[in-house]
Amino acid sequence: MARPDLPPQEGLLMELAYLLLMTAAVAAFVAYPFWGKGRRTVAEDPAVAALEAAREAKYREIRDAEMDLATGKLTQDDYERVNAELRTDAVGLLRDLDEARDRASPGNG
Amino acid sequence: MVAALIGTRGDRRWVDAARRSTYSLFALLLVCVVAIEYAFLTSDFSLSVVANHSSRETSLFYKFTAMWSSQEGSLLLWAFILSLVASVSLFFTRKKLRDVVPWATAIMLGVGVFFTSLMLFGGGVNPFDTLSPVPENGVGLNPLLLHPMMIIHPPMLYVGYVSLTVPFAFAIGALITRRVDAAWIKSTRGFALVAWTFLTIGVILGARWSYTELGWGGYWAWDPVENASIMPWLITTAYIHSIMVQEKRGMLKVWNVSLIVASFTLALLGTFLVRSGVLQSIHAFGDSTVGPYFLGLIILVLVGSTALIISRLPLLRSQKRIDSMASREAVFLINNLLLVGMCVLVFWGTFFPLISELFTGTESVLAAPWFDRYTTPLAVALVLFTGIGPLLAWRRISWQGIKRVFPIPTAASAIAVVLLLVFTDAADSFWALAVFVLAAFTFVALAQETWRGAAARRSSAGGSIPGSIVAVATRNRRRYGGYIVHLGFVVLLVGVAASSSFETKRDVTLNPGESVKVEDYTLTYEQPTVKRDGQAVVFGAEVSVEKEGRRFATLEPTRRYYQRTSGTKTIAGYFEGEATSEVGLRAGVRKDFWVSIEPDTNEIRQRSQVADERFGAYMRARVLPVVQRDPSQAGALAQQLVAVQGLATDQIISDYVNPKTATAATFRVIVSPMVTWIWIGAIITILGALFALWPARTSRRRKAS
Repeated sequence: MARPDLPPQEGLLMELAYLLLMTAAVAAFVAYPFWGKGRRTVAEDPAVAALEAAREAKYREIRDAEMDLATGKLTQDDYERVNAELRTDAVGLLRDLDEARDRASPGNG
Repeated sequence: MVAALIGTRGDRRWVDAARRSTYSLFALLLVCVVAIEYAFLTSDFSLSVVANHSSRETSLFYKFTAMWSSQEGSLLLWAFILSLVASVSLFFTRKKLRDVVPWATAIMLGVGVFFTSLMLFGGGVNPFDTLSPVPENGVGLNPLLLHPMMIIHPPMLYVGYVSLTVPFAFAIGALITRRVDAAWIKSTRGFALVAWTFLTIGVILGARWSYTELGWGGYWAWDPVENASIMPWLITTAYIHSIMVQEKRGMLKVWNVSLIVASFTLALLGTFLVRSGVLQSIHAFGDSTVGPYFLGLIILVLVGSTALIISRLPLLRSQKRIDSMASREAVFLINNLLLVGMCVLVFWGTFFPLISELFTGTESVLAAPWFDRYTTPLAVALVLFTGIGPLLAWRRISWQGIKRVFPIPTAASAIAVVLLLVFTDAADSFWALAVFVLAAFTFVALAQETWRGAAARRSSAGGSIPGSIVAVATRNRRRYGGYIVHLGFVVLLVGVAASSSFETKRDVTLNPGESVKVEDYTLTYEQPTVKRDGQAVVFGAEVSVEKEGRRFATLEPTRRYYQRTSGTKTIAGYFEGEATSEVGLRAGVRKDFWVSIEPDTNEIRQRSQVADERFGAYMRARVLPVVQRDPSQAGALAQQLVAVQGLATDQIISDYVNPKTATAATFRVIVSPMVTWIWIGAIITILGALFALWPARTSRRRKAS
């Protein structure tokens, strides 16, 4: 919209100036990752991310089993069986996670 | 979007540029929103959207909210919220989901392109369209929207709808990249819960608005637009439960991606229904200009997503099976089926007019009783499984476990049956009785869970029971947040069951001084009231209510008639515009007393028409010749005429309160039990969702480290 207090041509020029300024600012902001090295984000390895998600879910399952025992849903025998199973799974996940991390960044040893 | 698609090949610079484009889109749309709001607040009628949805008389409060009452403003709001949630989701996943994020970015920006393109090229929905010449005044806001609920109801629903874009985009990204593990669910679960929370708030505010503003006497009418908001809510509820099964057991992957596609599609459908005018609704404020585009997007989403899911079926197949039907995941699955079943019913009922017209040529509408008949049994079953679910363990509960957790809730429901049958008339409605009994089961089950969890904590860590409850709940926010939500939901359903099954409704015509008895209440029509308020005339009544002989309340229900917004303003024009109700309500914990009025305005309308005719004749005979002789007098004369017309209006409407000419009014009186518990239940539900959403202390500590 042209400002009513300005002559039509000046108003149009102002609008154009605002538009150019805004476009330049957006272009500079968006193109920033291309300006030099080290300006890009480093995302975690997908396999590591998947295993981390699985590990957190497993930890939550272990906590839930503890709660289920506390609230009487699991008997001591049931709990011990489920807990052993979950912890075996968790150990397997941790081992897979270590291997995945090594694969993702072999330099870390 | 292009940068994101290039970024899918692995160059992080393009992915970062795409993310920054999303931030920029948010900043630019924020500028647009601020500019439009500024135009509304300063009554800049050079903008078509302001001229058509606001006026100089519109209060500052409603000028601010008028933006989203318009087609173009609501599209801008959709795009703006989308850019916000997309920016937030991409910020939190900037170092995660390396393969999925570029696709998710492209999809979210694709939806952004759709909405911004619609505004720019959709025909008549550009919020920056200008008018020439600029009108002196705008036509004002749709009177039905002049209600505080309307300030937050649409944006809440929109935040809910739009937030579903995030899990949808990540789900599609996960399918494309074949990363169908739990990582994408972990990153977007919060957005699904945010969407669900806002949808809940939106749905409840809509119900409250319907109850207090529409004057028909209820909070839910199974209206198409109400249904459009409840359908994504039902599917998102199912999704929030079933993703837990995928996270913990690696099952239901096909089901989950199907649910999130359905949720997003239904969110688009909701916007389409409100904005297209394809189905008649009391809530639909839109024309049909953008309908075909929405339909195109919905078809694209459905067909594209379905094809993708089918192509990934081998990957999505679960390695595991449900161990036992006596397990939490089995109950989650049953609850899912009930929720989806309800959604299918609501969908069928909502679109039946279109379906029937397609096949028979005649449009048939399914009314509220049809919806009630089929959804009630499903809702009752939902309450049952809402109570059973928390009592079961994951994987399997043994017989010994069942014997430990079920007796107390079962005994509570048995006691509830006896008490309800002996002391109340709950037996009159089987379904209501079932809801009350199952609600008792659920309350006690949740209480038992909380108590036993706290007792276990206390035995290991010491402290008081209340302190242990707080400690155990804050350590397990998802679990206990869910319990609070279940509690609120059941309270809400108890309110719905009681109020819908045991309300007493009477429509009665009374003259001033006459009374009517409804249940224990005696309503007396004390006197009529009338006033001219801005662009409306307001007819009402002062009614007194006595309960068992004692003064209970004095209420003033009114019916507000707005001057028509087009053409010449006449006195009869007040009866040709929109009309709204303000109900008289005395809410209580046990019962609500609700009254609305339908005044008899026939006499006044006739007198208005006669006055208008005389006024027109006077104009033609006396005023027009003067203006033709001396046009400079037109302004002053117009002002005088407006003043005279106002005085004439006051004179005519004053007959409504004149004891000699006062006529009877029709009242709708409703005594409805436990409606307040619907709102209390909703508040508990929302608080539970917020509790579950609040970051756990461990994750905050991890972030800090």
